[in-house]
Amino acid sequence: MSEQDKWCYEVPGKLEVPYRYFAGEFGSKFLVALRDQAKILGCKCPKCGKVFIPPRSNCEQCFVKITDWVEIGPKGKVVSFCVVRYKEPYLPVEPPFVMALIRLKGADSDLTHLLSEVDPAQVKIGMEVEPVFSDSRKASILDIKYFKPAV
Amino acid sequence: MSKNRQVAIVGIGQSKHRGHRPDINQAELVREAVEDALQDSGLSLKDIDCIVHGDMELFEGIHQPDMWHTLGDGGFLKSGFRITTGGTTGATIACASDNLVASGYYDVVMAIGFEKQEEGHTTTGITNMADPLWMREIQTGAITGSTGLEWVNEFGERAEWAAAKLRVMAADNARRNPKAHLRLNLTEQDVMNSRLLAYPLRLLHMCPESNGACAVIFATGEKAKKFPQKPVWVWDHITMHREETFYRGGPRKDPLTQEVAARRLFAKTGIKNPLKEIGVFEMYDPSSWWLLDWLGNFLLLDRKTVLEMVEKNEFAIEGKFPVNPSGGVVSTNPIGATALIRVAEAGLQVRGDAGEHQVPRNIEVAMASGFGGTFWTVLMLLKKSLDGMKPVKVATPAKAAKPKPKAKAKSKKAKVKRGKPKMKVKIKVRKSKPARIKVKKGKAKAGRRK
Repeated sequence: MSEQDKWCYEVPGKLEVPYRYFAGEFGSKFLVALRDQAKILGCKCPKCGKVFIPPRSNCEQCFVKITDWVEIGPKGKVVSFCVVRYKEPYLPVEPPFVMALIRLKGADSDLTHLLSEVDPAQVKIGMEVEPVFSDSRKASILDIKYFKPAV
Repeated sequence: MSKNRQVAIVGIGQSKHRGHRPDINQAELVREAVEDALQDSGLSLKDIDCIVHGDMELFEGIHQPDMWHTLGDGGFLKSGFRITTGGTTGATIACASDNLVASGYYDVVMAIGFEKQEEGHTTTGITNMADPLWMREIQTGAITGSTGLEWVNEFGERAEWAAAKLRVMAADNARRNPKAHLRLNLTEQDVMNSRLLAYPLRLLHMCPESNGACAVIFATGEKAKKFPQKPVWVWDHITMHREETFYRGGPRKDPLTQEVAARRLFAKTGIKNPLKEIGVFEMYDPSSWWLLDWLGNFLLLDRKTVLEMVEKNEFAIEGKFPVNPSGGVVSTNPIGATALIRVAEAGLQVRGDAGEHQVPRNIEVAMASGFGGTFWTVLMLLKKSLDGMKPVKVATPAKAAKPKPKAKAKSKKAKVKRGKPKMKVKIKVRKSKPARIKVKKGKAKAGRRK
């Protein structure tokens, strides 16, 4: 359709969205342990004893401050997963890939991460997985490159 | 309109408002204020029925911040609302919390205003104030020099020194408030020398971008009397919006929203002389020029009187009519919290708990204002005692409804009688569906054709 034949017009938006997301001092400890020691830390509520990952400095159910860290994993089990098949500029890797919800050993909450080195058709709930750490780690959740089926 | 129940503020909390808080994430910032409010109130989260959460839309780049912040706001398994009304957000959540408690729907409501501005970009949130299709009217945030120019045209340089003096007063007050963001040591000359934004508005006249949160707990009067903290009664409030755009020059024909809002609120509460009857005013002052201009609008004073009062330092903490003892918005501005901080600070003044920046005399009545968009105005009055407040409305539905409705009830009955045979017909129709439905349709169509 030519511009002349249009009967409803619009103008493009021009919003710039330069957001930054702060991990804070508490969350940064998790990232530093990941970068410097390739360790996955969970934080433990002093009241209910639940171990959370990703870290949170407050147990929203008990409403108490969390200060204790415990090493968790590195192995875990697939709680749920999906296969991403479409391409978007913000995706971390080329599709198709598997995003899985992983319950690490010793944790009471799940971590969402990439699952690789496996045919998507072979992924099963309950499957045991382990992390593959990135060679150049930069204090980001992608310092865990991905999880793969445990050997 | 009167309230079903009296409502009091029973707990006030704030984070330390700062320009840079890399040490905490958003939920942790909210928690600082919530913990402070709970501690101040002597209550625990179990006492809170509902959370009203407010922030500026698009400022932080997360979807539904009220849900993200459950990690820090204590909202787990509680009722909750998110309210966002631009600059007035904080004042609107205060009004909404008052309404929720007064209505009888909840006994104890916690209002939380929040903004972690360094995570986002103010311009991103505000860009779409101006209509991208039509470039309609003048729409900006609070940065405009047009009102100041009006003052300069009328009073010359004298007005510039008055605005500078108000900025210095705010800085002096903020230095007495450990939670304030900018606690600057300023002179009027510093203000006059600061970078020009839009004449006569200069950088130091303008409010900062702050990270901060504020939490205020509202409770029904009955509970408030039993709770540990001294209650501050919510006397009345008003929300008003009359302008489509900012002032564009030329003579003003109509009074500004602020003046109309103040007049109506004073009429509702019976305030005749605001300067005498109100003890302290926490005003949402986006810039010192607007503080200068709006003092007259809110307090129903002419410009010359305001100017003289500024020159005599009468709006200082120890002055005749203290304004913004906290340091105001030009010192602290986490936007979604800013207007709630006005209510919180007004409440602290009534309680006598404002610490170093406490007005050194008994405060019976305090006023707080919120500003947003094009002069969107919220005004709230707080009171130390229930004396002089309208009694609560006692529900008497049966008595009030009796006399006239008797006759009406008869006619209703008659209508019902007329209706009943139709119902019966319908029921019969159902016994043999296809045929009768056709008949009914036919009748209806025939009726329309006639």
